[in-house]
Amino acid sequence: MSATFVGMPAFPSAARTALGNTQLRHNLAHATGVIRAKRAAVVGEVENWEELRLAGAAVKERALRSLDAHLVQLEESLTARGAVVHWARDAAEANRIVVDLARAREIDEVVKVKSMVTQEIGLNEALEASGIAAWETDLAELIVQLGGDLPSHILVPAIHRNRAEIREIFTRRMGEVGRPAPDDLTDEPAVLAGAAREHLREKFLRARMAVSGANFAVADSGTLVVVESEGNGRMCLTLPEVLVSIVGIEKVVPTWAELDPLLRLLPRSSTGERMNPYTSTWTGVVPDDGPQEVHVVLLDNGRTRALGDPTGRQALRCIRCSACLNVCPVYERTGGHAYGSVYPGPIGAILNPLLRGTGDPQTDSLPYASTLCGACFEACPVRIDIPEVLVHLRAEVVDAHRADRLPKPEALAFRGAAWAFGHAQRLDRTEWLSSLAGRLLRRRGRTSLGRLPGPGAAWTDARDLPAPPTETFRAWWRRTDGGERP
Amino acid sequence: MSARTGAQTSARAEILGRIRTALLDVDRDAESATAPIVAPPGARPPGADHPDGLVAHFAERVADYRATVVRCPPDGLTAAIAAALPAGARVVVPPGLPDDHLAGIPTPVPDSGLAASELDALDAVVTRCRLGIAETGTIVLDHTPDQGRRAIALVPDHHVCIVHADQIVPDVPDAIARLDPHRPLTWISGPSATSDIELDRVEGVHGPRRLHVIVVDPDPA
Repeated sequence: MSATFVGMPAFPSAARTALGNTQLRHNLAHATGVIRAKRAAVVGEVENWEELRLAGAAVKERALRSLDAHLVQLEESLTARGAVVHWARDAAEANRIVVDLARAREIDEVVKVKSMVTQEIGLNEALEASGIAAWETDLAELIVQLGGDLPSHILVPAIHRNRAEIREIFTRRMGEVGRPAPDDLTDEPAVLAGAAREHLREKFLRARMAVSGANFAVADSGTLVVVESEGNGRMCLTLPEVLVSIVGIEKVVPTWAELDPLLRLLPRSSTGERMNPYTSTWTGVVPDDGPQEVHVVLLDNGRTRALGDPTGRQALRCIRCSACLNVCPVYERTGGHAYGSVYPGPIGAILNPLLRGTGDPQTDSLPYASTLCGACFEACPVRIDIPEVLVHLRAEVVDAHRADRLPKPEALAFRGAAWAFGHAQRLDRTEWLSSLAGRLLRRRGRTSLGRLPGPGAAWTDARDLPAPPTETFRAWWRRTDGGERP
Repeated sequence: MSARTGAQTSARAEILGRIRTALLDVDRDAESATAPIVAPPGARPPGADHPDGLVAHFAERVADYRATVVRCPPDGLTAAIAAALPAGARVVVPPGLPDDHLAGIPTPVPDSGLAASELDALDAVVTRCRLGIAETGTIVLDHTPDQGRRAIALVPDHHVCIVHADQIVPDVPDAIARLDPHRPLTWISGPSATSDIELDRVEGVHGPRRLHVIVVDPDPA
């Protein structure tokens, strides 16, 4: 029943489809506008915001530059407090660990805290394939899951749905998987949230195992941190017997004290609140309180690849606040699905190629899904210079295609330019041809070339290509002696 | 459970090896000597030098989340708790709740390891807390005996939480410095909420839908 991002078309074609959906564009414009205003208000309250950003970036950078040492320390701290630590090189290995843990305990359903990383590795699909039901408990994730849909925003994954659509999904689907929606369900957000509360409560009270991610993992204390709003996180982290947390290795924070700047930066950047309603921290097993069996899966899945790129490495500082999505003029118009990944928007445009490497047409299209306006860098609470990494990755994409048997039109155009600029006589001849073409066109009243045929069409779709000038710079220089003669 | 399987040993060794390869351009000796980052100071709320300024700021920020906030003198606490609870409410209480708190609760149900389904049948919970954060309007529970297990402050729909004025700190860094990370911690900023539907904020999804904070202030303004 769950959808997948596998096989999504490249960004330009997915974006064209998204732009044709007026409901989607309306929902997105409203939502991103609301959240931008909220963020601006609470960020404006903090006098030393810029210093705080510098501190947040420095903490994450320090963690990454000695990542192996911090992970070993995290493992020691967790083990000392009764947690079991697992390591997973990739998605399949992480999924297998979770499936095996459930099977060994004869568990056939798990409740889930909203987590980007479990979507990244396709955990729900892996559990489903093994006959284990995975219930999403965040309201937006529930909407996405029941709708057989895909998330479109890091913070508010159902941002592309409006209240009427959500009411319809609840009415149609809740009864198939548990407690049905009430007959008198309206499309008031409070009523819809109430229906989700009733629907999920029986699952919380019954579930023996929960799966979460973590916003932060503190190496020196062995503490995991989950930041949330609804209380579904608290339910999952507290009520079941077994808790499995899947933690990307870049989530490490070296010391407890260094959590401070990140807890000040994240809620203001993310939901535009001074503090999110609930933050839960736990350190291994707490006797007689909460899950008595605690597992932590440390996941690579491409993170070491990103770490090996000295320019791209900074993307691993990301704390998944989604501020860059909300300020991005491209995201605001296309929405998250066009990026073909659980990580959409500006951060997704760099994170996906860094995690997966270049070479796949869909991934390769992402570094170009930007105007390089720089709003994302301004908004980023850990100062990831996204435009710098985008430009760097564009070069990587070009390099990856240098040996292609069929060169891209852009590569051909630049090869032609290199040929012409390589020799004065060749340049002369080329310029003579272009000014001749310019004169012919202008004689027919044309000042622009209009829509080019073939591969040039994509470029001229959104731009005017002016007709070539009738006289080249070098011809003008010869004629006027560098402007001395009229 | 502690014995590592073969696959696990190699996954661990391989990931750590990949990290060391990825960081070949980094001067590792210099990095391992770096000290923890010191973040800039937190906010100093207006009037924070005076305890009453801090309490007022805290109360205002908690109320901003649409929680109920009342201030009372120490000898008014019993009455304030009684007033915060609906008539006839069945109230779960942590084992270490002080007597003057208990006196305000008509039908207390002591937590003796109640199952989640039993907690679900109760109406409210009364706890103390470890500290309050003025700038963000947050209360932090560390689940010692005057607050009880994490589940009791979560499943009932109405949470009454008592904060003493001297437990209130100005901002997040002050809280981090006072809290013990080895305790389970629950940071609470207002009632449960969601903005998942059209970014329209709704109070109350899975956590308590009503949060009632009582600030005990020996010197109320």
